[in-house]
Amino acid sequence: MSVEAKVHKEILIAGNPQFSTITEKISRIVESKTTKVWLLLFGAAVSLLLILLGSVGYLLWEGIGIWGNNIPSGWGFDIVNFVFWVGIGHAGTLISAILFLFRQRWRTSINRFAEAMTIFAVICALLFPSIHVGRAWLLQWVLPIPNQMGVWPNFRSPLLWDAFAVGTYFACSLMFWYVGLIPDLATLRDRAKNRIRKILYGTFALGWHGGNRQWKHYELAYLILAGISTPLVLSVHSIVSTDFATSVLPGWHTTIFPPYFVAGAIFSGFAMVMTLILIARRVYHLEEIITMKHLERMNIFMLVTSMMVGYSYGTEFFIAWYSGNPYESFAFLNRAFGPYWWAYWTMITCNVVVPQLFWFKRFRTNIAVMFIVSILINVGMWFERFVIILTLTRDFLPSSWGWYWPTKWDFAVLIGSFGLFFTLFLLFIRFLPMISMAEIKNVLPQADPHQHDGQRQAAIGGGAA
Amino acid sequence: MSQSTTRTAGMLAAFESPAALMHAAEKMRDAGYTNFDCHSPFPIHGMDRAMGLKRSPLGFIVGVVAFCALSGATLMMWWMTTVDYPLVISGKPYFSFQAYVPVAFAITILCSALAAVFGMLILNHLPQLFHPLFESKQFASVTDDGFFVSVAAQDPKFDMQTTKQLLESIGSSHTEVVEAQ
Repeated sequence: MSVEAKVHKEILIAGNPQFSTITEKISRIVESKTTKVWLLLFGAAVSLLLILLGSVGYLLWEGIGIWGNNIPSGWGFDIVNFVFWVGIGHAGTLISAILFLFRQRWRTSINRFAEAMTIFAVICALLFPSIHVGRAWLLQWVLPIPNQMGVWPNFRSPLLWDAFAVGTYFACSLMFWYVGLIPDLATLRDRAKNRIRKILYGTFALGWHGGNRQWKHYELAYLILAGISTPLVLSVHSIVSTDFATSVLPGWHTTIFPPYFVAGAIFSGFAMVMTLILIARRVYHLEEIITMKHLERMNIFMLVTSMMVGYSYGTEFFIAWYSGNPYESFAFLNRAFGPYWWAYWTMITCNVVVPQLFWFKRFRTNIAVMFIVSILINVGMWFERFVIILTLTRDFLPSSWGWYWPTKWDFAVLIGSFGLFFTLFLLFIRFLPMISMAEIKNVLPQADPHQHDGQRQAAIGGGAA
Repeated sequence: MSQSTTRTAGMLAAFESPAALMHAAEKMRDAGYTNFDCHSPFPIHGMDRAMGLKRSPLGFIVGVVAFCALSGATLMMWWMTTVDYPLVISGKPYFSFQAYVPVAFAITILCSALAAVFGMLILNHLPQLFHPLFESKQFASVTDDGFFVSVAAQDPKFDMQTTKQLLESIGSSHTEVVEAQ
């Protein structure tokens, strides 16, 4: 049997549903009445969002002195959170673009969900550098816009690269997501019973009619977007890592940073997708669409990226010793045994030790285990950025050593950013199809136009039985 | 507005499955129709060939835009840092192109993505909120589980009788005339 036939043979959606069953199951979530659980969660998320708005408002009024940032730690929670949120986004693009290019058809069950997560995570990420600049109302100066001083931004600065990379990443993710949504918005338009829904979904569906003359351009546009998002996603976190790597500080000035950051980003992003999808799967009864097979593959991804991250931690230590540079070795000893030792060991435990459970199929296919592990990984990855940024409070001269501790405003903005993320996410779940209906239908066996052509049919019949 | 003169926009025929739609497309192509379309809830592979369609020019469009964006971005940074306001920063040359790679790359990707999305919309004549086919009741299922062939009245081979007969002979379960106002 050819590889292609094998790929088509795999049954990805349980229960052998009809096309209309898929439409009904996924559209109904959007069309049915708002549930109490959703309202409760939305209320909680909006409360956290209000904390964010309040603390950012106070920050703009008073200045970044309200945070714990100081000298030597000019970067604190803000940059920790920025790197954390950008990283979360990466799994979404990996699932939607890279797995698409590799023809991993199982991705169809989770890609819409993961792409939405990417967009909301990048919004949270963009917030932090924007408010950390201090005078956020002059943010346009990072872009090469003519101004009264006649000066241009410094294109050699990694902080400027960040603005371009993350901005582009946001725009591309949004476009990729929207293009994927168009056929599904048309489905909701055609099912809409009341006028407001008809107008709103109809407008955003742009008049899609599913003709092959449309699909032809659509599919190529999707392929191109996947193709250009792939180098983009690898570059974004690499560029974020150059914020650190282009400096000449011990512990930061290393060439391992770009691949190490990208692996960590994918690792944390998969964990976040897992946390969210386990809840949505349970609440909206999507067990047949997001099967154990999907979850298990995501767990394997986490195991692999966990090993990559662990390997990077090891390499960093090795190079710190092997380089013979006393400042470099001290920086790493200080990470593991200095005043922030607890952050370091939380990171090691959550990112390297705990995911080893996924070597065993028993744990890999256990919902409770994967839920807890996914949350621990998110905690661990947040601490990874904390460790990288804040163990630098002890650099070259002991006389200039300092200490960083966040203030209540730091915590308020961190908690608030989760409010922003979950508010957007809950709105998405409520008003847009969280699973791509058109793509799911495409991976059903009956979508194959050669279904009745001899051997293929035997293969599918055997698989479905 | 009250004078509604309707004209025939084309003909719509329903089919049972992706396979039936694909065979219908081949028959329509062989019968010499050029202004027809096959509607389905998801893209069907091989349909372009079955309908006799050429490859989408979108890749070419994006390629040209990407090249222009890359050269434009590099040129912009060169002009800003060497001609308009030269500044010595950390002792590097004015045109330190290695350091300009990330920004040039990001601008290239952004412009390519915009070209891909807007190029696709323009080639598809979107947004076009009204289409004569939306007048058909059964056509609403095209985004659910319906498979249709539509033939536009502008097609030189279009004829009320023969087109209907052809569509029925190639397996359509239901045909209807679509009228536009």
